[in-house]
Amino acid sequence: MSEQNIFLLDGEEIAFAPGQTIMQAAQSAHKYIPHLCWHPEFKPHGSCKLCTVKINGRFGSSCTVEAAAGQNVENRTAELDDKRRTLLQLLFVEGNHFCPSCEKSGDCLLQATAYEMGMMTPHFDHFYPDRPVDASHPDVMLDFNRCILCSLCVQASELADKKNVFVMGGRGMRGRKIILNSESGKLGDTDFSVDDRAASICPVGVILKKRVGFVVPYGERTYDKAPVSAVEAAK
Amino acid sequence: MKTAPSPALNDPGIVPAILARHGHDATRLMQILRETQESLGWLAPETLTAIASGVGWPRAKVEGTAAFYSFFHLRPRGKYCVLWSDNITDRMLGNRELMQALCEKLWLEPGRLSEDGLVSVNTTSCTGMCDQGPAVLVNYRAVTRMDMARVEQMAELIRNQVPLDEWPAEWFQVTDNIRRKDALLDHGLVPGEALAAAMALGPQGLIDEVKAAGLRGRGGAGFSTGMKWALCRDAAGEAHYVVCNADEGEPGTFKDRVLLTSYADLVFEGMTLAGYAIGAKRGLMYLRGEYRYMLDALESVLARRRAERLLGARILDKDFDFDIEIHFGAGAYVCGEESALIESLEGKPGRPRIRPPFPVTHGYLDQPTAVNNVETLAAACLVARHGGTWYAGLGTGKSAGTKLLSVSGDVERPGIYEYPFGVTVAQVLQDAGVTNCIQAVQISGPSGVCIGQDELERRIAFEDLPTAGAFMVFDCTRDMFEVARNFAHFFAHESCGFCTPCRVGTQIVAQLMDKLETNHGSPYDIDEMFKMHRLMQGASHCGLGNSACNPLFDTLNKFRPAYERRLKSLDYEPAFDLDAALSQARQMTGRDDAGAHLDNME
Repeated sequence: MSEQNIFLLDGEEIAFAPGQTIMQAAQSAHKYIPHLCWHPEFKPHGSCKLCTVKINGRFGSSCTVEAAAGQNVENRTAELDDKRRTLLQLLFVEGNHFCPSCEKSGDCLLQATAYEMGMMTPHFDHFYPDRPVDASHPDVMLDFNRCILCSLCVQASELADKKNVFVMGGRGMRGRKIILNSESGKLGDTDFSVDDRAASICPVGVILKKRVGFVVPYGERTYDKAPVSAVEAAK
Repeated sequence: MKTAPSPALNDPGIVPAILARHGHDATRLMQILRETQESLGWLAPETLTAIASGVGWPRAKVEGTAAFYSFFHLRPRGKYCVLWSDNITDRMLGNRELMQALCEKLWLEPGRLSEDGLVSVNTTSCTGMCDQGPAVLVNYRAVTRMDMARVEQMAELIRNQVPLDEWPAEWFQVTDNIRRKDALLDHGLVPGEALAAAMALGPQGLIDEVKAAGLRGRGGAGFSTGMKWALCRDAAGEAHYVVCNADEGEPGTFKDRVLLTSYADLVFEGMTLAGYAIGAKRGLMYLRGEYRYMLDALESVLARRRAERLLGARILDKDFDFDIEIHFGAGAYVCGEESALIESLEGKPGRPRIRPPFPVTHGYLDQPTAVNNVETLAAACLVARHGGTWYAGLGTGKSAGTKLLSVSGDVERPGIYEYPFGVTVAQVLQDAGVTNCIQAVQISGPSGVCIGQDELERRIAFEDLPTAGAFMVFDCTRDMFEVARNFAHFFAHESCGFCTPCRVGTQIVAQLMDKLETNHGSPYDIDEMFKMHRLMQGASHCGLGNSACNPLFDTLNKFRPAYERRLKSLDYEPAFDLDAALSQARQMTGRDDAGAHLDNME
């Protein structure tokens, strides 16, 4: 690694390979930048905005901005974590999230990130959208109440599974949603399989495998044992 | 509720014919969907399946595109679909009352299809008729100057199921309302004149002249046109493209409507110049769906230009081939953003791309693409004909040339005014005629700036007030809070939904404005709006989210009393109204006595 391929992340020197984004470089260096829609296996999507950092004083998405020598990147500052907390609150009131009864509680990236950011309340009025549950598939059910529109299932199905079972469509908060690749709009009428990469990519509790719920009890799950910052930094 | 008959099965030949006409090309999906809907009325599930298999896309992708655009209907929409333009200028002309009256005459609620499936009435974002509102779209055909007499007659026509072609022709008349002409509108060029001059210069010579002219993009951002063309020309690619951004969706703007109605030759010639400069063979005009009524006239101009050897192969007998096709949008403001526009041209939802890379290197079909505003392209003809030095002499130091302003609102003569850059707001107001005292002028639409009466000496120029052209005037009787609330709902409706801050933030802001409107607000809510402004300005994916709170920010700073007189108290007030929540129970029990009300209001 040449001397100049270094930037500062919260004052710490981070080495990067040319072409890496700030997020990728941070991940390689075991540094945690909060994120929801970013996943190392896929192209950056840049939609959740949780990974917003300040690069030389200007806001930018660390998952899409390439690392450059000499950048001064602010990450876990009070200002940025405050914005992240607000973004999380927006996501919580946009959908219907009831953590105490959710199968994903303790393994949920949204919940874990909210704990990490010290989010104590949803703050805003809930929108209580009317979102359907789809139990038509024999092995997998979909609970769109929890969808945060990260598009990871879209990418996994398109790029890893070559199927396009999930597509993001519609416009705005009231229109944007996952569209399933069948005329009925039901998962059971698509060629989706429980073995697809997309079946295990959801960071929240939308895509759930049937008959394995609560195999690991609450209290013994990923983020019950360590906060998301520690889990991510250990990767 | 009756189930509507499956339209695709009514005439199984329609969809295949449309697909064949477009070569089963998925990038033409927007046009395929529009034409299919024009034939079948709506896009039924089996219609989308047929289109998807026809273009070779996954069905969900086709539905994803169809669901993105306001003008595509995935449910039966009724034989008559009446959409009221809901810009603030339409509201000031009484569109809400007129819409209510139409709904009452037709026995329906806004947004709901009538029980017999005949008609639906709803609102839509500004349709670009602010100088002749209140305006509506009936089955996506523009009707101007609505009034109570027309509402009554329209209800009759709909009830009697009179075909649209038999409605009074004068309803569909759109007038130019050109009030002041300058260098552009008085161009005096004959078709081909600018092109011949450009070809004498050669591509590089033309770019040099455009650079010397100091021509800047008229869409508002003001990027140097010569620089854009040079970057695009130098970018490597299999093909280069010219895209004319005619998606003028900024509420209050209608200059492109006039240019395309009466100056189409100039615009197409400007596109041809751009194609010549950057080395493109194809030009695409992306026209907003609201201007669908222009299609036949524009196509005939294109046909004439082809016959005159100004388009097609070997233009003016030189070694230059170029042609233009027209694509329509379908009701999505965000497509005015150039990378979202390109996505739409490729048949996809209009989601702004991650930038860089920029369209000049990776645009349409990932190829080098010059996206220019209608007015910029028209102005380029003047530069080609008269030279950069001449053009640079117009306007101000950093803003060469002239600017078309779309003046609407509280003026005597709304319409199009062309001035050299540097004109003061006061001068425009004087020319347009104001009788009442002026409270504010919204420059460049909701995403622009709102100036107060102490700022009327400010100038229209990139140095001071940059603008895409909207110029909405509000006199002292207007409630600036209602202006801002209208804009807040506009952004909430038009947010593409891609990024969290804009998708949810615009909704939160609209909700807070409604809370204030119903007199449940407190200073706390105003602080909340500032907080959303700060969040959205820094964290949003594109300009829509970044500027969505501008009107709130400006009006809160300059017209704070308009907000404060709505505040219920200086402490926190809940948005939830306990008494209103009981209204359903009152309706069910048929009670409305004092005992059926909760006195939580005081």
